[in-house]
Amino acid sequence: MSEYSWPDPAKRPLLGKKISRVDGPVKASGRAKYTFDYNPDGLLAGKILRCPHAHARITAIDTSAAEKIPGVKAIQIIQKPGTEIFWAGDEVVGVAAIDECTVEDALRAIKVEYEVLPHFVSDAEPPKSIAVNNGPISQDEFEDMEDNQVPDEQVVAAIRHQGISFHPDAKYLKDLQESGADPSIVAALRAAKFSSAKGARSPYKTTAVQTQGEPDAAFASAAAVVEGLYGCSAINHCCLESHGMAAEWPTEKDLLVHVSTQNLSGIAPQIAEPIGIPAGNIQVMQQYIGGGFGSKFSPDRWGIAAVQLSRSAGGKPVKIMLDRAAEQEVAGMRPSSFARVKIAADKDGKLVAWESRSWGTGGVGGGGTPPLPYNFEIPNQRKQNVAISTNQGSARAWRAPNHPQAALITMSAMEDLAAKLNLDPLELVTRNLDLVGPRAKIYRDELPIAAELMEWKKNWHPRGDKTSGPVKRGLGLSMHTWGGRGHISDCDLTIHPDGSVEIKMATQDLGTGCRTIITIVAADALGIPMDNVKLLIGDSRYPVSGASGGSTTSGGVTASTRRAAVDARNQLFAKVAPSLKAKSEELEAVDATIRVKSDPSRNLSWKEACAKIGAMPMTVRGRNPDKSKPPDLTNSGVGGVQMADVSVDTETGIVRVNKMVAVQDCGLVVDVKTAESQVIGALIMGISYALYEEKILDPVTGRMLNPNMDFYRLAGIADIGELKVHMMTGKGYDERGVIGLSEPPVVSPGAAISNAVANAIGARVPFLPLTPARVLQALENTSQG
Amino acid sequence: MKDDETPPAADKSGLSRRDFMKISGIGAAVPLVLGPRMVQAAGEEVVVHGPGKTPTILMVNGNKLTADLEPRVTLLEALRNNFDLTGAKNVCDRGSCGACTVLMEGKPVYACSVLAIDAQGKNLTTIEGMSRGDTLTPLMQAFVDHDAQQCGFCTPGFVVATTHFLQQHPNPTEEDIRRGLSGNFCRCGTYDGIRAVALGKRASDTGQGGEL
Repeated sequence: MSEYSWPDPAKRPLLGKKISRVDGPVKASGRAKYTFDYNPDGLLAGKILRCPHAHARITAIDTSAAEKIPGVKAIQIIQKPGTEIFWAGDEVVGVAAIDECTVEDALRAIKVEYEVLPHFVSDAEPPKSIAVNNGPISQDEFEDMEDNQVPDEQVVAAIRHQGISFHPDAKYLKDLQESGADPSIVAALRAAKFSSAKGARSPYKTTAVQTQGEPDAAFASAAAVVEGLYGCSAINHCCLESHGMAAEWPTEKDLLVHVSTQNLSGIAPQIAEPIGIPAGNIQVMQQYIGGGFGSKFSPDRWGIAAVQLSRSAGGKPVKIMLDRAAEQEVAGMRPSSFARVKIAADKDGKLVAWESRSWGTGGVGGGGTPPLPYNFEIPNQRKQNVAISTNQGSARAWRAPNHPQAALITMSAMEDLAAKLNLDPLELVTRNLDLVGPRAKIYRDELPIAAELMEWKKNWHPRGDKTSGPVKRGLGLSMHTWGGRGHISDCDLTIHPDGSVEIKMATQDLGTGCRTIITIVAADALGIPMDNVKLLIGDSRYPVSGASGGSTTSGGVTASTRRAAVDARNQLFAKVAPSLKAKSEELEAVDATIRVKSDPSRNLSWKEACAKIGAMPMTVRGRNPDKSKPPDLTNSGVGGVQMADVSVDTETGIVRVNKMVAVQDCGLVVDVKTAESQVIGALIMGISYALYEEKILDPVTGRMLNPNMDFYRLAGIADIGELKVHMMTGKGYDERGVIGLSEPPVVSPGAAISNAVANAIGARVPFLPLTPARVLQALENTSQG
Repeated sequence: MKDDETPPAADKSGLSRRDFMKISGIGAAVPLVLGPRMVQAAGEEVVVHGPGKTPTILMVNGNKLTADLEPRVTLLEALRNNFDLTGAKNVCDRGSCGACTVLMEGKPVYACSVLAIDAQGKNLTTIEGMSRGDTLTPLMQAFVDHDAQQCGFCTPGFVVATTHFLQQHPNPTEEDIRRGLSGNFCRCGTYDGIRAVALGKRASDTGQGGEL
């Protein structure tokens, strides 16, 4: 076992315990300062004038009246006349003024004229006869795909399949690579066929057409086949702290920005390019962030506008935070996804065939392709997906991109198949665990635990609650997976001669407990109390750490911290070994002492030991990944099981969640308390999107009808029911290393709740959110059918 | 809406209308800043502020804070932008989410939906006025112990709302909590911990979120 390995269970003073988050007190007392709270002297208020049309061309902009308003300090035209606008709420002009009132008056005084163009916002099922846009990919289309974080393999497949209608030169490819594009994309562009052929102009693009095995034969010989329609509407991230940035120029060459971001280390390069200054001259800061959920990786156009406005205003700080309407309309959505599915099993309930025709929209870029069938590698498959390009603000990564949609579609179809087979769905998934690959063992551990917490055997009944009365009760289940390997991370750990320890890392804590787990790992390895460790994050001048996306942070920051702490400890051992008359490898750091393992009476207190460092503090750098310091301390591929117990009032259509159970694996759990909170939070967010959340677009105006928090409804404290979480720990889990936890538990709630409703009322409500109207419609369809 | 069964508090305003006029007299010396005027409307005297800036005095956490504000400025904007009291958050800005909850005469209000000029003469308490220095109130400590917060952006609003709720319902039922704390939204999903806080559970009782 390498000294860098995670320690044995008996030697973990802090790892794997229930420890309160270290930034709890500052948050609970309202003292935590978020980007939105940044209030330096001389701060100018910045706001954005947005396009009211879903599709239009700007024909004229007149800012002269606004310029004359006293107190207006800078005006920045963001998109010039002649520019085509593709979604309502897109940025047109930015203004900075002495206060909010003045900047609002200035926005009202700006006159923008538009040529209004036809818009398209429907994500209804594509007609069968529609022309499909399979022509070569234009530069715009390609860049849209990249901006929308379409998965690399899909982009590569599209480039290969459709060709491209532009000539990416060497500089373009180099810039692309430097901006972080995956090498596979650069290679695909380099090899792409150029074509000037015009593809059919259509909002529909077929992606992921695929057949494997022999689906027709498998369906023909199957014992049971069911067909169904499933899906979920587009939803928003709805971060409580809206997106935004405060920018200021301390000198003409140096830029300081405070930004609400999941990507502290990655912001400066994204500003340097459009502003034209060296990234090294840009300092990015953020102590606290009020939610991101995948939507806050870039400085965004409003951030760049804040930088430009500040420059125009002589370097004074300009803060632009989106108002709620803009936050909801343009700052992130999760693509809708729907599918017609046919699924089949043999007489033993083994899945044999899958066919799906899915569609959905993620805004102009088209949207994601759900990985269907989800989790279960059914041997015979035929599938195609249609991405619909609509005139609305583009999709952004939303916790576990495409997985919640894919889980809903797949687990719903499996539940309907189980009903057809008169089989308990728990039995159906158990019989098919050989189709989930290496995670089968995890699910085999988890399913019985979840079943026991839910009292599944006692409470489950065949489809349709047969008890009298209008309120029907049912159970449903779902399973999920995610990667979650740790990202790159550098960690500087300094031991001062007075015994204090300081850690610097340019990471961010989204409320996941990032600060807490870094502190735990360092204090655990050094054998000192957590209070002894001063953690400094949230400043781009600290060592680089990756963006908090895809559940990669926990694995990254704990691995680099562990390596730094072990190296620092060893260096300290070397300094104090002579005075303990021992070799450094004979020492251990326990209970705030450095002592000889074989004779603990020979010891120095932590403080005495650190005094031997000398006059200067000692800093070591830990990294992740680091092949020179094995083992790999992080891992990938988690499993989780969730179950829901719901009541449905068949007279009103109202669904209530009585109870949810989540059993979750994430390898070695660093802090059980914040890990459980993460899973509970995901259950609540899942209840929210399963029952209430929907981004509703008006087909007439093309605008979002509910860009607020009255009608974009989040679950409240009255809506959550009883929540039970069980984290998998111990043998079989701990030795996998640390794996991220932010995405996986949010994947299953929609499917589990939808299945529970189907089990309760004996009818499938096809689409989330499960609104009263949809529930009543499903009941009506069933009674007519 | 907040669950609130107390009768409206008597007006304990330290400022009479006459005081307002005196204040405005001082303020009138400042260019572009005009105090309220009295006009006759429907046979009654009505105070008219603005449209320009008007001198405004707020009693916040026992401190007298003054600023020249346009009448359209909300209490939330004044607290955050003029007095750097940023514990109350601007989230929905229209009385839906509760992140801006402060106490006015001891009762919770959405600061985004109260005009600063209308909050004059009222005793206002923000989250900053609830703890002293680094010492948390027992309720704040319970939020920490139950891990009833993640990103923390809704937390100050919830702490203020829960503080008042527990004064009204010292031994709440789960139903009381469902009704009484439905005026605040959280996005990360911390309601389970907040429910435990409101129920007064010891962290070790819940099986979840317990301190070792």
